[in-house]
Amino acid sequence: MNRITNKFNELNEKNRIALVTYITAGDPSLEVSEDIVLQLEESGADIIELGVPFSDPMADGPAIQLASERALESGTTLRGVLNTVKNIRKTSQVPIILFGYYNPFFHYGLEKLAKDAAEAGADGILVVDLPPEEAPEFKVHTDKAGLNLVFLLAPTSTTERVELIADNASGFVYLVSVTGVTGVRPDMNYSLDDLANQIKRTTGLPVGVGFGVSSPEQVEEIAEYGDAVIVGSAIVRIIEQHGSNKDILLKELSGFIGGLSGACNKPELRQKEKAK
Amino acid sequence: MDTKTLLPDQMGHYGVFGGRYVSETLMPAILQLEEAYKEIKDDPKFHEELNYYLKEYVGRPTPLYFAQRMTEKLGGAKIYLKREDLAHTGAHKINNTIGQAILAARMGKKRIIAETGAGQHGVATATVAALLNMECEIFMGSEDTKRQSLNVLRMKLLGARVREVTQGTQTLKDAMNEAMRDWITNVRDTFYIIGSVAGPHPYPMMVRDFQSVIGKEAREQILEKENSLPDLLIACVGGGSNAMGLFYPFLKDEGVKITGVEAAGVGVDKGLHAATISAGSVGVLHGSKTYLLQDDDGQIKGTHSIAAGLDYPGVGPEHSFLNDSGRVNYTNVTDGEALEGFKFISEVEGIIPALETSHAVAYAMKIAPTMSKDSTMIICLSGRGDKDINTIAELMESEASQ
Repeated sequence: MNRITNKFNELNEKNRIALVTYITAGDPSLEVSEDIVLQLEESGADIIELGVPFSDPMADGPAIQLASERALESGTTLRGVLNTVKNIRKTSQVPIILFGYYNPFFHYGLEKLAKDAAEAGADGILVVDLPPEEAPEFKVHTDKAGLNLVFLLAPTSTTERVELIADNASGFVYLVSVTGVTGVRPDMNYSLDDLANQIKRTTGLPVGVGFGVSSPEQVEEIAEYGDAVIVGSAIVRIIEQHGSNKDILLKELSGFIGGLSGACNKPELRQKEKAK
Repeated sequence: MDTKTLLPDQMGHYGVFGGRYVSETLMPAILQLEEAYKEIKDDPKFHEELNYYLKEYVGRPTPLYFAQRMTEKLGGAKIYLKREDLAHTGAHKINNTIGQAILAARMGKKRIIAETGAGQHGVATATVAALLNMECEIFMGSEDTKRQSLNVLRMKLLGARVREVTQGTQTLKDAMNEAMRDWITNVRDTFYIIGSVAGPHPYPMMVRDFQSVIGKEAREQILEKENSLPDLLIACVGGGSNAMGLFYPFLKDEGVKITGVEAAGVGVDKGLHAATISAGSVGVLHGSKTYLLQDDDGQIKGTHSIAAGLDYPGVGPEHSFLNDSGRVNYTNVTDGEALEGFKFISEVEGIIPALETSHAVAYAMKIAPTMSKDSTMIICLSGRGDKDINTIAELMESEASQ
């Protein structure tokens, strides 16, 4: 079985949600990215999203745009990112998801990418600008290679789109925020936890929630209804600030991730601990 | 080519090109737009309103002008100019913005955004926003705000907010990235008017349909004047909206040869250029699969053209399809050749064209002398050159000092 599914099963038994952490590979360099991933795991991250930098990150805010620029300036290529995954696998079994835009993947060759990514030890791929309608040409190869294809859903997603993604997704579903828009859907006054529960029922997959999360309090809130919390920009900003000094950077990340990990207990577990 | 098949297909594909490669956050908006467009496409009331504005406000039909002196000087084919420079705001762009703005109003959207390179699409969008009383914000690369400062001022005078984009190469592609980000953020009340036959489905189809008025008129006008179809159509291609608009109504006329002219910048084999079809490879950018200028790792390359409106690393997906099917021939001319075209038509015909348009003129100067005197060609004179006067002045100054 896939490392991602294993991880969710394992955490479920412990009454915890998964802490999913995003970094842009190659920011500040691929060598340091390797150390960062190992540090994230040691500090309590359960799943790693490894961003593949792209020259035109249309769906990202300023923090990740700048991280992409720094990564490309440091000479990062998709080939290099796959090599980094291979290196991490020498010492770690943390689930890894490649996270990027379609063009670098398409240009590399879809069949070759799925094969090479699986061989390097990646567990899944999330392509930001590949909706399920256009996904079959890639899915046939990720399926064959045994990679999960992870899809996004948004608060604006309609019931039909949730169903469409249920037919295509594997691993988990990533529920993203729409900046400046509250967690209310246009068709009905769904709250976010209703939407997460609907997605869980429809897809039968765990739901990860990423809403510009940067504090343990937000993680606790998401633990009420989500199966995973995704933290991206906040980590990328720490890397931006301390990228030039690895020791300080790893220490800062350790403290930050430790705090978030401590908040990943599901309500049941939290009550039990209170009772003690 | 099978001209009977209607393109794009249901999913917005032109052969292997096109499609909808966007983030899930945008999919509901794009599907909603597609539905709304389907509804108005065959709605006589919509077309009545559109045609009213095209006639009374834009000034259509634009003339198909016989360029007698240019024809004589070049000594070959009879040259006709489709005078889109005479449309309101000075370029073809308004054919599309007026259509999309009426659609936006019908969808109940209160705010319009757009990307712009040369500023012509920005001006055309700001204009229709003023006309229909909508809030308007235009995204423009800071490189382009400098070289097209006149159009920045025009947009501001029309009541639009101009957002200078400082990311990346600070040109059209980055303006489009930023407009997409804004749309993702404000998708509920905002309508994104894309200015070219690019972007995710239904944009390439919708923009083509609105711009097709160019080719429909030109076809009627040439039949009236010459009693026969033209031998050749020429238009410049950046994203390719004026070209698609002229070409589309002639695609089934097999005797009509069609050439799209891309920007070769300083030279396709010499360095920076924007000749996407001539020198690019297939990839995915801004929502569709099409030819792109990219490096070995699939990163989008920086481009260069003297014409800001052609300075773009992609091209509309239907152009990619028409290239591969062989129906349209794509070629390119350099900055220097475009400047020659600019000067020539200004002096010979008293028409100062946009630098984008000058690329089509430059190719006509090469090809017209090789054609027989009883043959005819139509050049899409897509826009006027007032916006480029500063660029030209600088070039003339630096030429004079050398």
